Amino acid sequence: MDVVDLARWQFGITTIYHFLFVPLSIGLSAIVAGLQTAWLVTKAERYLALTKFFGKVLIINFAVGIVTGLVQEFQFGMNWSAYSRFVGDVFGVPLAIEGLLAFFLESTFLGLWIFGWDRLPKWLHLVCIWLVAIGTQISAYVILTVNAWMQHPVGYRINPGNGRVELTDFGAMLTNPTAIEAGLHTAAACFLTGGALVAGVAFWQLARPGTPDVARIAFRTAAKVGSAVVLVAALGVVISGDSMMKLMTRLQPMKVAAAEGLFNTEQPAGFSLLTIGTADGRSELWSIKLPELLSFLATGKFTGKVEGINQLQQQYVATFGPGDYIPNVPVAYWSFRLMIGAGMLAAFLALVGLLLLRRPALLRHRWVPWIALAVPFLPLLANSAGWLFTEGGRQPWIAYGLFKTVDGVSPGTSALDVAISLGVFTLLYGGLAVLEFGLLRRAVRVLPSVGGSGAAGGGGDGDGRGEGGPPDGGAAGRDPVDGDDLERPLTFTY
Amino acid sequence: MELPTLWFGLIAFFWTTYFVLEGFDFGVGVLARLLGRDEKERGTLLSTIGPFWDGNEVWLVVAGGAMFAAFPGWYASLTSTYYLPLVLILVALIVRGVALEFRGKRDDARWRRRCDLAVAVGSAIPPLAWGIALSGAARGLPLDDRGEYAGGFGELLHPYALLGGIALLALCLLHGAVFLRLRTTGELRARAGRMVRLLGAPTAVLGAGFLVWTGVQDRSAGLIGLVAAAGLAVGLLVRRDGWAFVGSTLAVGLTVVAIFVSAFPALIPSTLDRAYDLTVTGAASPAYGLRILTWAAACFVPLVLAYQGWSYWVFRKRVVG
Repeated sequence: MDVVDLARWQFGITTIYHFLFVPLSIGLSAIVAGLQTAWLVTKAERYLALTKFFGKVLIINFAVGIVTGLVQEFQFGMNWSAYSRFVGDVFGVPLAIEGLLAFFLESTFLGLWIFGWDRLPKWLHLVCIWLVAIGTQISAYVILTVNAWMQHPVGYRINPGNGRVELTDFGAMLTNPTAIEAGLHTAAACFLTGGALVAGVAFWQLARPGTPDVARIAFRTAAKVGSAVVLVAALGVVISGDSMMKLMTRLQPMKVAAAEGLFNTEQPAGFSLLTIGTADGRSELWSIKLPELLSFLATGKFTGKVEGINQLQQQYVATFGPGDYIPNVPVAYWSFRLMIGAGMLAAFLALVGLLLLRRPALLRHRWVPWIALAVPFLPLLANSAGWLFTEGGRQPWIAYGLFKTVDGVSPGTSALDVAISLGVFTLLYGGLAVLEFGLLRRAVRVLPSVGGSGAAGGGGDGDGRGEGGPPDGGAAGRDPVDGDDLERPLTFTY
Repeated sequence: MELPTLWFGLIAFFWTTYFVLEGFDFGVGVLARLLGRDEKERGTLLSTIGPFWDGNEVWLVVAGGAMFAAFPGWYASLTSTYYLPLVLILVALIVRGVALEFRGKRDDARWRRRCDLAVAVGSAIPPLAWGIALSGAARGLPLDDRGEYAGGFGELLHPYALLGGIALLALCLLHGAVFLRLRTTGELRARAGRMVRLLGAPTAVLGAGFLVWTGVQDRSAGLIGLVAAAGLAVGLLVRRDGWAFVGSTLAVGLTVVAIFVSAFPALIPSTLDRAYDLTVTGAASPAYGLRILTWAAACFVPLVLAYQGWSYWVFRKRVVG
């Protein structure tokens, strides 16, 4: 493998890994904020217990999302310095604004929320978690404008003097149609991810025998909330995904053709249920198609024309000069299907779950806990596949029509350097995944007791004491089973 | 003032704020392991930075983002030149951040001991490596006409750069000790005070040595270094915890300022040919992007300072063990 391949693998691995945690943080922070609001409005203790329970999951997850984000920022310059010089003006402005506007908001108010339970008035403490949730949304949109610019560059000119991109219209960049569509699609996917975690954990708790009855009441609520979020979000994902597909057909037809394994232009075009291509991914051997459906999905009309890979390749050669403009077709084809399949399966399971709530006997079936535990992973799979598709489908371009990926790597960086960092980050991230998974497993076991109601029903999770708390310092011994209660910090991080 | 110069100043300000704020939490990260005799004491010491460290780290993200935006060539040359040191910094920041957050999530002495070690090592590496990178780049690198690094790995470890790294690490440790003295009580506070005195002489020698060397290269940086040294003296000698912290803040902050000023108006001088220097005017992004950045900074930097300041106010009480 050469530097380009290694750098691409590194970017793919670090980015997909980062994006396992990000959507969960985005979706879950809003859900936790909603639960805490419900507690303040209804005063029902189950909402407080759920706020703390999922809040702990949020904190564990947030930590990994934040630290892996650091790599995202610096590897542009490390591995892709030629690209960074080319696009710095367009690229850096939103990155800097993302930090100033969103990251500070998220991390400062997350700290205040974690440690501020007994320091801040209740309403102000609630404002903190809402600001975290808002910060995550802003950050997501701003960074998507950057990605959307790479998919569909707008609001720029090429400086004839140095050949670099210059920002000419920031408003156009912020309202890039690709950014708006991707923003909606991603936001919906984030809620789907957060909702799936809440629903999956709640159904697991309801289905397994060990959960105490007091906790069951809370987890029934969580199961309903989580499933409802999943279903609404899934609707959002489908609607935004549909309009994204139509936009993509206009702006990036090659990506659509690759997603469908459509090698030659068809009118009308059928939606591929299964296409087997040649080993080089350049032509079709055999396929089953639903007639006219792709035309409808891509153009809104059953008779619409959808251009094929071979014709587009010819057009691109005419426009951009000789070269290979075809992305990796099997990767695009299968990741596109995996994205849709995993996302929709999560929605289907959430629907089944809601129905099961009315049939408690069925909920006790021995398969239910296992299926419930699988649910949170489905959106993670869908998210990863979605990015693999949209980034892979853009190749060979790093910025569509402007700059090729192969030209973007750091000229002075050796393959050895990249190989070292690729190896280091892959190992580190693998280790982190094991640690985080272990901690999450512990965190989702026991519902914290609130107000001395004894809802916890089990131990094994007594954290040490951190900052705050009453100055008498006797709190450590008061509740050895579970460290959380109304008056003390959410989790004892230290 | 010209926009590129303004942005050079703002980027220096972001880096300075980063080291002033994260500087003490780096120091605390290392010292918690040395000063805390058991897992509980270390937990208390680490809890002094609990609500803050993550927000402090965002200054790095903003500093990097602003470099990328305002001087893409600076960002690209610095990060691709210091490739392996940056890998090390990123790994350290990841390990440390995760260890800080995960430490309390398991009630297990061995787990916490490992986390404490990870926090300590992960807190020591970034100031050392950033110090080497920033001072080395400000002194000059063999950059070719494209701004690409044309030297070997050994040239990144020039004695001046090494001294810069060690001095910055020492300053951060002192800053952390002074911060711990300010934020703890009783026996822990007494131990933090002893650590301040223990670190005093080596930090003074390293810090002053680095500032003198910087001052020899650039006079205005030397003047800033004088104030930094005065701050260092205050940090070491003054008994009042608050004033000592002001002193160590000045020492850390102005040392970073001195590094940036010493290269100005270059960003990274080229040691091959001064015509290849990356300069403030030559490497700056076009005016339109800088204007948008300026508006964003004018709106959000004061806001960020206000709410971060408020969060420090909320958690102003000394931590009781």
